[in-house]
Amino acid sequence: MIDKLKIFFNKFFAKVFRKKKHVKIGLYGPPNAGKTSLANRICQDWLGEEINMGTVSEIPHETREIQVKEKINIKKKGKEISFNLIDTPGIATKIDYEEFTAFKMNKKKAKERAKEATKGVIEAIKWLDNMDTVVVVLDSTKNPYSQVNITIIGNLAARDIPVLIVANKVDLKKSNMKKIEAAFPQYPIVGVSALKGNNVDEFYEELIKTV
Amino acid sequence: MLTLQFVAYDEIAELSSKRRINKLLTIVKKNSVVLLQGQLKPTEETALIQKTMEDISRTFKGIELCTVLPESKNKQNWVENAKTMLVRKLIGNRDGFTIIGPATVVKEIKKNPQKVELLIKKARGRK
Repeated sequence: MIDKLKIFFNKFFAKVFRKKKHVKIGLYGPPNAGKTSLANRICQDWLGEEINMGTVSEIPHETREIQVKEKINIKKKGKEISFNLIDTPGIATKIDYEEFTAFKMNKKKAKERAKEATKGVIEAIKWLDNMDTVVVVLDSTKNPYSQVNITIIGNLAARDIPVLIVANKVDLKKSNMKKIEAAFPQYPIVGVSALKGNNVDEFYEELIKTV
Repeated sequence: MLTLQFVAYDEIAELSSKRRINKLLTIVKKNSVVLLQGQLKPTEETALIQKTMEDISRTFKGIELCTVLPESKNKQNWVENAKTMLVRKLIGNRDGFTIIGPATVVKEIKKNPQKVELLIKKARGRK
């Protein structure tokens, strides 16, 4: 019952804030999909070359705390949105410190990272309630049918939060946009390379439409 | 040895979300793979992930989770969809099944539209 009331109020306030065109946009997705790379790309494109939201690494769970960048304005084709960008830790169902030792991390540091990563996942889930729009960032070289993706998107649908799916890493050979489109046919999907900047203009246009 | 424990939807139907999650996680922590009839609500799935993260310890590394739905689900017309939604409201979502396995036992659940593969970790010390 409390969950239903929460969702009702979230929907109500989401609609009110959407009209103000100053919204909270969250970046969600599994670890290593490129959420922080996309956040950095947005900041560089609209706030200036030197501004980054976080560090990027091949080691999973590099982002272990919520990062917020306020008052970003995007203008495209005469339309404009102003928003706070929230970069979240990757959502996972399991975290084993031994996974980090494979990246030449000592046992103590790996355990510390694992502990922080679990807290990060919990924070990311808690923040879902605060979002007005969510960009779900997926790695287009990986199988999109992972339950984490389905759970995140299912939750957003249940909360009536608008979703834009970004299929990242389209510059890589293994990238498979068709598979992502087949997995989530009811959502807008844009293929980008956050790292190289491929197709980001289409992403910004689609983001304005979604918000 | 891999233990599969079937949980009928009736066993969780009357429970609150919190108790459902606790019941399922208790089984998983005993190193059994849960085969649940039907599905949890989307908000329960995130609550399950959240509780899993809270409970991670030296022996419990998390879960592997997968929901399998009947293929015909998306091919229904709107009247059938409305009927299905009403039935779900009344008796819960009993379509398909959900697999929840401990990450120490289940390495990965690979899901494609047509099949589900459960990849099991090798037991330590076994050659």
